[in-house]
Amino acid sequence: MKEKLRSLWQKLFGDSVRAFGVVSLVFLASMAIAPAKNFFSEWRHFQHGYLSVIRNRSEANTLRRHFNGGIQQIWLPDLGVVDRCTSCHVGLKEPTLTDVDQQPYRKHPVIPHNLDQFGCTVCHRGQGAATTVAEAHSSTLAWEQPILPAKFIESSCGQCHRGPLPGTPQLNLGRNLVSRSGCVHCHAVKLPDGSTVKATDDPPSLSHIADKTTREWIYAWLKDPQAYAVTSTMPNFKLSDADARDVSAFLIANSTPVPGDNVTLPAKASSDPIAGASLYGQSFCASCHAVQNAAGNVVGGDVGPELTRIGSKVKPEWLQAWVRNPRVYDPPTGMPHYRFSDSQVATLTGFLLAKTDSDLLANVHLDAATPEQIAHGKRLVSDYGCASCHEITGVKKPENFAPELSRIGSKPITQLIFLQGMQHTLPDYIAGKIKQPRAFAPGLKMPQYTFTPAQIDALTTALLSLNDRSYSLPPSFAVAAPRESDYQPAGKAGKLMADLACFSCHRINGHGGDMAPDLTWEGSSVQREWLVQFFKNPGTLRPALIRRMPKFNLTDGEIGELTDYIMTVYQSPAVDRDSIPLSGDPQGQIELGKQLFYGKYSCQGCHIVDTKTDKGYIGPTLTQVGSRLTAAWIYQWMKNPQALRPGTIEPNRVMSDEDARALTAFLISQKGGGKQEAAKK
Amino acid sequence: MNRFATGVLILSALLAASCSRKSDSAALKPTAFGAAIVESSGGKQFGQAGTSLPQPVIVQVNDQQGAAVAGALVEFAAAPGVTFDPASALTDSSGQVTTNIALGGMAGRYQITASTLDKSHKKVELKIEEIALGYQQTLGRRLNEQYCDRCHNAESTAERVSNYDNLDVKPHPFSEGETLNKLSDADLTAIITYGGPALNKSALMPAWGNTLKKADVQALIAYIRAVSDPPSRSAGALFAKD
Repeated sequence: MKEKLRSLWQKLFGDSVRAFGVVSLVFLASMAIAPAKNFFSEWRHFQHGYLSVIRNRSEANTLRRHFNGGIQQIWLPDLGVVDRCTSCHVGLKEPTLTDVDQQPYRKHPVIPHNLDQFGCTVCHRGQGAATTVAEAHSSTLAWEQPILPAKFIESSCGQCHRGPLPGTPQLNLGRNLVSRSGCVHCHAVKLPDGSTVKATDDPPSLSHIADKTTREWIYAWLKDPQAYAVTSTMPNFKLSDADARDVSAFLIANSTPVPGDNVTLPAKASSDPIAGASLYGQSFCASCHAVQNAAGNVVGGDVGPELTRIGSKVKPEWLQAWVRNPRVYDPPTGMPHYRFSDSQVATLTGFLLAKTDSDLLANVHLDAATPEQIAHGKRLVSDYGCASCHEITGVKKPENFAPELSRIGSKPITQLIFLQGMQHTLPDYIAGKIKQPRAFAPGLKMPQYTFTPAQIDALTTALLSLNDRSYSLPPSFAVAAPRESDYQPAGKAGKLMADLACFSCHRINGHGGDMAPDLTWEGSSVQREWLVQFFKNPGTLRPALIRRMPKFNLTDGEIGELTDYIMTVYQSPAVDRDSIPLSGDPQGQIELGKQLFYGKYSCQGCHIVDTKTDKGYIGPTLTQVGSRLTAAWIYQWMKNPQALRPGTIEPNRVMSDEDARALTAFLISQKGGGKQEAAKK
Repeated sequence: MNRFATGVLILSALLAASCSRKSDSAALKPTAFGAAIVESSGGKQFGQAGTSLPQPVIVQVNDQQGAAVAGALVEFAAAPGVTFDPASALTDSSGQVTTNIALGGMAGRYQITASTLDKSHKKVELKIEEIALGYQQTLGRRLNEQYCDRCHNAESTAERVSNYDNLDVKPHPFSEGETLNKLSDADLTAIITYGGPALNKSALMPAWGNTLKKADVQALIAYIRAVSDPPSRSAGALFAKD
């Protein structure tokens, strides 16, 4: 053995020439390692693949001219981007490659941003500088950031765009859920511009809860909120029977009567289901409140609470007082003060009280509460952070009750504890936490929500957009959300509008709901007399709509007050109300307008002027438009509808002054004469 | 040596994983066999790429006489990236299987294959198509809902009463591929931008060129192409299994 080795040594290094030769060979071989590695690299393989994919295409020459071999890189120092993705994804910018479905050669779908300006990883995450597929796309020991699954890609839009975008429905929904489902009552979410995400839900105060409902109902509700109302957004805290007993005991014991309450009045509910249903319909309660029908479908709006089993919840005296004037119990409520007559109050109260569910409280039997139970209930209330959402006398709203989520979208995977069988990625972790928050460790307090899978994905998308990059991107990239103004009308009319909760449905000067028309320029738009009549009988405009202006029993004084205010204050600087007369246009011009209406502009596709021939039912019926709108408003509307009401779907036809004037003359001549004639007969 | 050990470990882990998966589907033993598999509902839906379809897909297994077969095994398959919940199941008492589908991350048409075994253990297949909308098509879909759908969609919903029946000249529903596929992108752009008369069509179709931006019109066309049936050539790739 030794002999053999010695002879080998002699052969290789026997003399200096041999030794030099061998060492040189070894050196050369080692020098070749790096080029060989480069030669056999993945990206080169993909580039060869690309060239063979495009070889037989008709536009091969163009594509080849665009092709650059070697490692490609998008370097954007401002954004911290060093992206070499285009080394393999060679055809991203080739508009003709629409039919290639093989990766990595597909063309990038159309988006509003330019690749050279934003790179790839700003939206897709992953490791931009990596040059192998595994390192670029997945988490490895050295590189933690994997590619973001396509499902959550909209989260990246949210890094810069703080407001809703038309192309990102999932992100919009997720953000909406974050502020509507109560997340931010417990979790603080700060945004890079220094603002914090505000809650848009309004959990009721529990300080006077004993006025409103019974301890038994609270118990049943705590045990399973969705058993009472399927649409309830109250999460399930999974309280034990004893804990639910004690919390309900505390809440009732802690409740104080509303000062100046008329709850003490005995309820005089009338049981006339037909009159009740009719009043419920006329008052458009269903615009805001939903009811589950016999088929199990929830029908109605989601602005106010679901009323399917309201009769099993509320005390009759309380409901009667609430229907009479909700502002006594809850001054800032979004529910209008309807000004119902006493008999209407009785009818509606009786109708609502009949909506009961005998199963709901059938198995709830609570003995009188002991002081120990009440004390324990109070401790539970502060342990579970009830006061984060609800106002409770004597319990302070806890600060920083749950972890801040301002940068949850960048949380390192090494800091996360996963459930068994779960994929080890951040999106899966976030979705898992939303889906089953208590499963991650014993003693966790986050309650169980009832989100659908699509809602969980949307929430995950919204949370992923709260990440480090959103902070590190240059502030000039941020696109602010439209500001919600806190506009409040002043004076007596302002008080009246607050009492009627106009802003629950209407928007004025950037404040309010979007269920009903924006009234910012209402004073320029309508004629005074029409507005007065409309307040008296709101059923005249768009009578077939499901959601409509309810009838409030306003006094003449109140109507005058509101009308004066609207006509004086809500005026557009672009419309001079008195610049065009409301009548007296020459017949020729009216005739011309009529021709334009039915011919060139074919307005009858969406509007009705003559109920005998026109059928269009998208825009409002125009049979009486001459008594409703001002001529100056119609004229300006013809010229540019979006300038008067941004987002309206009436197309801007860029009419000539003559066409607009003639159409105005035709429309303002539509005074609703037909109806008056009918009335005469 | 070390590498070898790692290799063996990985291999055995893979084996174990594939075995365990096999045992999963093996747990579903069909108690009956059908002759045909038909779609009950859920085909031709469109959802955003990567997300779940709004409605589940329901298929039914029938015997030779066309009667529903309970207890037949149905398996779903599609291109990589498409997920099923569940991916396989036995038909219920009405012969049906319901699955929720999340489409892959790329926009385009996805072919879903539902298969069952007949009595001679031969595979009977049903192919269903679903449509995944990308960014541009999603934007187009929103614009469609806001501006176009009320006239171009004959169906009414509780929230939106269709205006289709009120129009003397009927608009083309966007799924009407036979007509719309013949129109070039340039023609569609012209009709949307300048109104029906631009192509000698009805003036009931107004000009949207001063209301919608150019990119909006492009997005609308991308949406129209994506939902057309039969599919348009520019609808993008068809993703099928393997």
